[in-house]
Amino acid sequence: MSQVSRPLSPHLQVYRWQISNTLSILHRLTGTALALGGFALVAWLLALASGQAAFTVANALLGSLVGQLALLGWTFCFFYHLCNGVRHLAWDAGHGFDKALARKSGIAVVTGAVLLTVIFWAVALTRVAA
Amino acid sequence: MSLKSPLGRVLGLGSAGTGTEHWIGQRLSAVAMVPLTLWFAISLLTLPSLDFYSVTAWVAAPLHAVLLILLVVALSYHASLGTQVVAEDYLHAPGLRITVLTVLRLLHVGLAVAGIFAVFLVATRAPL
Repeated sequence: MSQVSRPLSPHLQVYRWQISNTLSILHRLTGTALALGGFALVAWLLALASGQAAFTVANALLGSLVGQLALLGWTFCFFYHLCNGVRHLAWDAGHGFDKALARKSGIAVVTGAVLLTVIFWAVALTRVAA
Repeated sequence: MSLKSPLGRVLGLGSAGTGTEHWIGQRLSAVAMVPLTLWFAISLLTLPSLDFYSVTAWVAAPLHAVLLILLVVALSYHASLGTQVVAEDYLHAPGLRITVLTVLRLLHVGLAVAGIFAVFLVATRAPL
């Protein structure tokens, strides 16, 4: 098969950056990060299954600065991917394709993800402090 | 009747003729995970403590164990399909591409099996 190096879609060199493509890229990035988070979740469950010593180590790792930052990142990725995923399901059903509406739902998704992340961590930290 | 040219058919070009199942599977697992992940997130926040005994007791409750297994299965399947698409879109070197796709699929099968087994172990070991 002859290989010709033609420019590939989406033609980034002529593409104007906008909210919709940024959010689309973010959906893939957060999804990939969440796949890693899935491995962390199962590792946590395996630690629990392995016994008290292993589970204490797992919780200590998650409680470290790096662990907490990773959990914060995963929380945002989760809420973003969840909200934007519902937006995608609405599109799949044929709703919300109008340009102005798609822009608005995009802004709503980001706002919702940030708010839910803040609420989740506010509740979590309040419970730790209590 | 095929609209492909004879040359295209021989070279295997054109649509693969499959993919609907991938598309539906991704959405089905997405829909399943909306309630499952929200339940998991809220549970983490409302557990009395995250120490070994509280988490063990929580996981071991039959309803929780079943929901956790469903979550692990839906998550593994969804992540497998999602990372597969990402790899297919961005990796073009044939050797690297097939290697990464193979490793990704096997890792996600392992993820599901490990998750199911871990929940099962915790549930059967914990005193009711």
